[in-house]
Amino acid sequence: MKRVVITGAGTINALGHDVPATLESMREGRCGIGELEFRDVERLSIRIGAQVKGYDPEVRFNRQQLALYDRFTQFTLIAAREAIGQAGLEFKGELAARAGVILGNSGGGMTTLDENYRSVYEEGKNRVHPFVVPKLMNNAAASHLSMEFNLKGPTFTVSTACASSNHAMAQAFQMVHGGITPVMVTGGSESMLCFGGVKAWEGLRVMSRDACRPFSANRNGMVQGEGAAIFVFEELERAKARGADILAEVVGFAMTSDASDIVMPSKQGAARAIEGALRDARVNRDEVGYINAHGTGTAANDKTECAAVADVFGPHADQLMISSTKSMHAHLIGATGAVELLACIMALRDGIIAPTIGYEEPDPECALDVVPNQAREARVEVALSNAFAFGGLNAVLALRRFA
Amino acid sequence: MSSIQDRVIGIIAEQSGLEPSDVSLDSTPEDLGIDSLGLVESIFAIEEAFDIAVPFNANEPEKSEFDISSVRSIIAGIERLLAEQS
Repeated sequence: MKRVVITGAGTINALGHDVPATLESMREGRCGIGELEFRDVERLSIRIGAQVKGYDPEVRFNRQQLALYDRFTQFTLIAAREAIGQAGLEFKGELAARAGVILGNSGGGMTTLDENYRSVYEEGKNRVHPFVVPKLMNNAAASHLSMEFNLKGPTFTVSTACASSNHAMAQAFQMVHGGITPVMVTGGSESMLCFGGVKAWEGLRVMSRDACRPFSANRNGMVQGEGAAIFVFEELERAKARGADILAEVVGFAMTSDASDIVMPSKQGAARAIEGALRDARVNRDEVGYINAHGTGTAANDKTECAAVADVFGPHADQLMISSTKSMHAHLIGATGAVELLACIMALRDGIIAPTIGYEEPDPECALDVVPNQAREARVEVALSNAFAFGGLNAVLALRRFA
Repeated sequence: MSSIQDRVIGIIAEQSGLEPSDVSLDSTPEDLGIDSLGLVESIFAIEEAFDIAVPFNANEPEKSEFDISSVRSIIAGIERLLAEQS
C-alpha cells in the first residue's frame, strides 16, 4: 500500500481568506461569528453566523464565470488555487489522466436555489436564468475544479451532511493509498448562509442565538458558517522525489453508521469510528495527542462525543487534548471537516493546538482537556479529526506528523 | 371552536399516536413516548395551530421560558402567549 501525504492546503472561511490567515486566527482564538448580513435576515430568529466577509467575487472571477459559479463553487476554486499552488503541481499527461477531485458538500448551490425560488414564488416571475441547474448541482464545484486544473481522473461529490468532507477525504486517501492514482484533490465546500438556508435550520431548534460554546456547560446550540478547504493528497514517494513540502501524513480513517436515529448522535457509533481509525492507521491510543472534535456546541453532540472519546481512550483520554474550532469558524456543515483538518495540520506541523473559545463553565459530562480559550504549544505525533453527521453517519481521519 | 386544552391534547395525541382520552393533563412528553424530535414537531404544530411563536431551544429545554414539563404546563404556556399577543 502507498503512504499518503498532504502537499498542499487552501481555504477561505470566516477566519481568513487563505491558510496563513486562518491559522493565525486559530492561534489567536479569534471568533469569526457575527451578525448575518443578507436579504430578509430580519425575518429570522437566528441572526448570527460565520460569514466570509470582505470578499468581492468580481475581483476573483469574471462575469462569465460568475454566471456559472454559485458561492460554494467560488469558495472551492479560491481554496483549490491556494492548495494546488502550494503543492506546485501542474496536471498534464499521465498525471492529469489519473488525478481527480473528491469533495464534500451538503447543500449544493443553496444561494442559487434561494434566489431563484424567491424569484418564481415570491416575485411571480416565470423565467429563470438558463444556468440555474448547472450552478446549483452539488457536483458543480468538483466539476469546475477539475476543469480549471485539468484533473481527468475519478471526480465526484460526497454528501453526508456534517461528515461530507471527512467521507470525501477518506475516499481520496483510499484512492492514493490503494494506488489508483498518485494524486487526489479533496476537501469540501459549503455556503448555506442565505434566508432559506438558515430558516430551515432554525426550524430544528438547535441553533444558538448568541454564540457557539462547545463543551461549556452553558452551551446552547450550534452556529452556522461557510467556506471551503481543499487539500492535495499525494503518494509519499512521488512527493519526496519531487522535493515537495510535506504538511502531514494521512495514516488512516474509519466510517460507521449508527443505524439508530436521524438526528440524535450515538456514543457507540462515534466510538466505533474512532477505534476503527486507530486500527486502520495502526496507531496506539497513547500516541494520539490531539483530537479536533466534531464539537458542535449542542447539548447532545458534545456530551456524546466526550463519552465516546473517554470509552475509546480510557485513562489516556485525560492526557490528550480535544478542541472544537467550530467555536471560531462555526459549523461549515459539508465543509467543516476540511476546515478542521487545518487545525490538525497546525497541531502536527507547528505544534500549536487551536483552542475551544467561548468556554465559560465546565460541564461534568465533557470533562476532558478541551484547550479552553487559549491556544497551546505541544508536540503532537498523531491527530484525529472527528465528524459525526445527522443521519448517524460518522467519519474519523487519522493524521501523523511528518518528520 | 374547541377549547385551547382540547386542541393541544388533539395535537399531542396525534404526535404520540394515542387517543385524546389517553392524554391527561399531568402526562409528561416522556410518558406519552414523545422524544426530542417529536417535541420539536409538536411545538411547530402548536405554533401553526395558534399562530404564535413559542420560544424553545432543544439544547436547554429546562431554561426555556416555555415550560414543556407536562401537558398542563404546555397549555398554560400557550394561554400566556396568546394573552401577550392580543
